Amino acid sequence: MTSAVASPIDVPLAPVRRNRQRMIERLAGCGFAFPAFLLLLLTNLVPLAVLLYLSFTDYELGALKTNFLGLANFQKAFVDPVFRRSLYNTFVYVAIVLPGAVGLGLLIAVLLHRRKRTRSFYEIVYFLPVTSTLIAMATVWQYILHPRLGPVNGVLRALGFDAIPFLSEPAYVLPTLAAIGIWQLVGFNMVLFLAGLSAIPRELYEAAEIDGCRSGIDRFLTITWPLLGPTTMFVIVTTSITAFKVFDTVAVMTRGGPMGSSEVLLYDIYLEGYQYFHMGYAAALTLVFLAFVLLFSILQTFVLERRVHY
Amino acid sequence: MSTLPRPDGSATAPLTPLSATARRIVTLFVVHAILITGAVFILLPFVWMLVTSIKSPAEIFAVDFSLWPKHFSAVQNYGFALGKFPLLRFALNGAVVCAGILVVQVLVAVPCAYALAKLRFPGRGTLLALVLLGLCIPIQVPALPLYMGLARLGLLNTYFAIMMPFFLSVFAIFLFRQFFKSYPDEIIQAARLDGMSEFEIVWRIVVPSAWPAIAAFSVFSLVAHWNDLYWPLIVISDTKLATPPLGMMFFADAETGSNYGALTAAATVLTAPLVIAFLIARRRFIEGITMTGIK
Repeated sequence: MTSAVASPIDVPLAPVRRNRQRMIERLAGCGFAFPAFLLLLLTNLVPLAVLLYLSFTDYELGALKTNFLGLANFQKAFVDPVFRRSLYNTFVYVAIVLPGAVGLGLLIAVLLHRRKRTRSFYEIVYFLPVTSTLIAMATVWQYILHPRLGPVNGVLRALGFDAIPFLSEPAYVLPTLAAIGIWQLVGFNMVLFLAGLSAIPRELYEAAEIDGCRSGIDRFLTITWPLLGPTTMFVIVTTSITAFKVFDTVAVMTRGGPMGSSEVLLYDIYLEGYQYFHMGYAAALTLVFLAFVLLFSILQTFVLERRVHY
Repeated sequence: MSTLPRPDGSATAPLTPLSATARRIVTLFVVHAILITGAVFILLPFVWMLVTSIKSPAEIFAVDFSLWPKHFSAVQNYGFALGKFPLLRFALNGAVVCAGILVVQVLVAVPCAYALAKLRFPGRGTLLALVLLGLCIPIQVPALPLYMGLARLGLLNTYFAIMMPFFLSVFAIFLFRQFFKSYPDEIIQAARLDGMSEFEIVWRIVVPSAWPAIAAFSVFSLVAHWNDLYWPLIVISDTKLATPPLGMMFFADAETGSNYGALTAAATVLTAPLVIAFLIARRRFIEGITMTGIK
């Protein structure tokens, strides 16, 4: 790497120069990495250590005395009805968003892949929610789903149905929020699937056609689906993580209500930590949250590894 | 691909292309029917937002609703929204915060990524492992201790508090390192022999070649921080310092249920910058945002 180009005159100098070069590399390397390392320490490593410590205490902002509790915070979490409900709700939300956003993203991508003139138009439309500010759009959704003033219920009434209280009936809240989650994610997944689709060689489809795969569904099942496997796995994991971190729509549209039916994990942590100032307990809940995210991430590394080999 | 002309089947030839054409038309119809249905679902809130923002209050509260307004109240709605709430200030805050975060992120990540990709120095393996670990930690995890630290230092309700946790982007380091690794060693070596310092090599030789990666990362970073709610919600309570999502939330809180015309006008103003930028630089946006896929 270093001395391949040395000319005969350089030979006596080479070891000195190489040592000098090595010194420079070490110094420059440390110097270049130092700001990043310092920030990593300040914004990640130290906070993580503090978080771990807090989770063993009953620290509250402004409290006079702090006690060491051991694992009591974690024990409390697993019997806390609010926390259990928010964990359950989060998983229900993921269970709706995941198949919806992945399935629709795949469907749109497959239909769009062969389009030539209309492709960019649809691409812009479906990608629009990804770039737009979710909070602003959530406010608009809230209005669209309004029982009296919203157009959705207006259409339902015009067709002779009863209005549906999308956001005020406990049974409907999570599916409604999940539908908005799907609305936001479809375009993102569509683009990932389109990238995966363009990597599949066209000749395979022609060969399949000759072998008797005539219908589009046949072609999808014999070629597209198996070859898209790694992309699909990848999309599944990223969608799960994004859905698991649901917060914005809950904070703006429902605040966990009605009657706790839309309380989710991050919203619970937000309330405990920054509204009630139960820092110790919030720290423990954050660690539970982190454990789940790490679980998804490990799955993702495993999937990525497979993608690289593929 | 192309249908070969059949020399023999003069009897079947006119029939087969006809039924094939019919099938193609049906398929095309079904495909577009699905795509358009989806597009309507996607566009619904955008269209409704724009239409409501120019409707008069009487029509908004009318029981029989119509899509297109009969009386236009765009001036009143936008005027009310802009007059009652500092929407332009929110947008400005968003721009300041996003720019500040992006500049520091790039300045910090580029040298570190170069060092990890091309230099041998003590602690390189450990640092790389920490960067990869950092990729798995979302902001909500260090948020609590960071909030306590900033509160103790009296720094809540400052631009610094909004930006500080994002100054280091492990994702940028990871991405740039991948890019720098493929940069030819011979050129770096030649630059060294020419007497260039490592600092010059990074900023004058390697960085210009990494422009696509930096541009894509910039889009990702801008979109992420313009739209972020969780962290600004925690550290900012002063309306004057609100970023666009937080400002929207303050606005919605103050106006719930009473003035949808102004509310949708506000939503339009705060959504517009990114959507317009997306429409102008569509490829870059899609590239930059889906790059998080690697994350």
